[in-house]
Amino acid sequence: MHPDASSMTDPGDAGRSGRSALAFSGGAVALVALVVVAASSGRYPLSLSQIAAGLLHGFSHDRAGTTAESVLWQIRLPRIALACLVGAGLSAAGAAFQHLFRNPLVAPDTLGVSSGAALGAVAAIYAGAGAALAGVAAFGSGLATVSLVIALASRIPAQDRLLTLVLIGVVVASLMGAAVSLIKVVADPYNQLPAITFWLMGSFAAAAWDQVAAAGIAIVLALIVLAALAWRIDLLALPDDEARSLGVHASRLRAVVVAAATVATATSVAVCGIIGWVGLVVPHMARMVAGPGFSRMLPVAALFGAIFMLAIDTLARTATAAELPPGVLTAFIGTPLFVALLARRSA
Amino acid sequence: MLAVRDLGWGFASRRVGEAVSFTLERGETLALLGGNGAGKTTLLRTLLGLLPPLAGRVEIDGVGVSSMAPAARAMRIAYVPQQHVPAYGFSVVDTVLMGRASRLPAFARPGPADREIALQSLATLGIAALARRRVTELSGGERQLVLIARALAQQAGVVLLDEPTASLDFGNRVRVLRELDRLRAQGLTIVFSTHEPDHALVHADRALLLEGGRPLALDTVANALTVHNIERLYHTPVRVIDAGGRRVCVPADDGEGVRR
Repeated sequence: MHPDASSMTDPGDAGRSGRSALAFSGGAVALVALVVVAASSGRYPLSLSQIAAGLLHGFSHDRAGTTAESVLWQIRLPRIALACLVGAGLSAAGAAFQHLFRNPLVAPDTLGVSSGAALGAVAAIYAGAGAALAGVAAFGSGLATVSLVIALASRIPAQDRLLTLVLIGVVVASLMGAAVSLIKVVADPYNQLPAITFWLMGSFAAAAWDQVAAAGIAIVLALIVLAALAWRIDLLALPDDEARSLGVHASRLRAVVVAAATVATATSVAVCGIIGWVGLVVPHMARMVAGPGFSRMLPVAALFGAIFMLAIDTLARTATAAELPPGVLTAFIGTPLFVALLARRSA
Repeated sequence: MLAVRDLGWGFASRRVGEAVSFTLERGETLALLGGNGAGKTTLLRTLLGLLPPLAGRVEIDGVGVSSMAPAARAMRIAYVPQQHVPAYGFSVVDTVLMGRASRLPAFARPGPADREIALQSLATLGIAALARRRVTELSGGERQLVLIARALAQQAGVVLLDEPTASLDFGNRVRVLRELDRLRAQGLTIVFSTHEPDHALVHADRALLLEGGRPLALDTVANALTVHNIERLYHTPVRVIDAGGRRVCVPADDGEGVRR
């Protein structure tokens, strides 16, 4: 899942890097097991031998395979891959933002990317666009919103520029939320509102290979950028004067990190709607296991994010007869988990 | 060599200070004194190249610091900020390794040689045993020493320290100042700001006294830190007394020793 395995050999505190290596390999085994469980469970259960046969038989896009094969290849696997990608992307973006803003309570949508993307998608649906176009609108509008937040914040002279940025992000996000509510009021309650609601609560139900490919390229690229700069990103967690006096081009590095994290988050929202909590909670778990050093923590965060998201989505589609929105489940599971993590940390 | 020529410093909207010129050679230490809000920290930030000068120049070995790239600047001049509890609990050795950033390409991580330098810096300050501790778990004095070790790992010829003894207990203050003396003896050029005239008298060669952003005195510590100047700077009567060959500055509550 993670592009940079070499970070595991980072010469650091031996105990901590040993722990993070252990967590990483343990997580990798857990992810493989979870993928098998996710592939087999659902309304059309697949046995282990059916999964093995389907995988051995190969990708059956053109040929008319068995029902089991088409369930595996057309429905389960793209959905599994998408959930893993989104989980890894959101967690890595959250970890980067928490470092950047020196604040463990920051999430990847702190600068308004999710609410901006939601407004783009909702507006596109209201205008009559299909799902693909809505995804493109979400991506573009997410990036535009972050640019707007940064432009506004840079025009305000302030002592604490990062705090200003976060505050502007919060108010712009709530403005976008109000605009979304307005569209929901005027939208067609029978044709458009269900699609809008579906989008706002997130779903992997429409996952397909073309989405996996598009999201995969964007998210993996963002992860590679973050992994390549991982050691230097630690210096951004210092006060600005310190980072600059140590020789870091702080504003430039911060811009690159914000861009990478924003692309990962906007891509996630574009393919599966808004799924909160992952980018806030998972980095905390990774930090507890691997320590705060970004080069050791990033691979663990990405892997844990993939596991968390896949587990949530599998639960969302199998727990009840009707599919639950994963965004609702992450909140139900994420809130108590987050409180527990905070309690353990301060203990 | 650190050369400051007719420097004016502050922000575009507000000038903080002006008319400061001095040259420090290798192994020379300058103490920076002034009341709260006299412009000491802003001056240090300008010397570091973090703020552009409003007038004049700051040069290291003949090159203006404001024209240097961040990494080139960090190779020549290091900064020890006031110690504070950082946002995340990096280990001590990882914190000191951050001092190597200016020597590494953008995508590189520190290697064994950098690690060796980091451990050496910790050993120089006598805190090698702290290497694996988290900086968030240290005492204020230990954290200050870690920040000095980070500056040493930077291997710059000039080190600026912002109130290195502020908020430290007596023992830690003595330790930090003793280390400053050793670094000076090794040929580093040092500038530190302080609220203690005593520290300047003992641990610096020269002193710059700032009053309202202008130099009240800039001379050898003996000439700059006179009773007259200290009283003018802090608006309180003092005496400078000899304590076994070491001059110390004490408050003169009885008015004795006030020479106006």
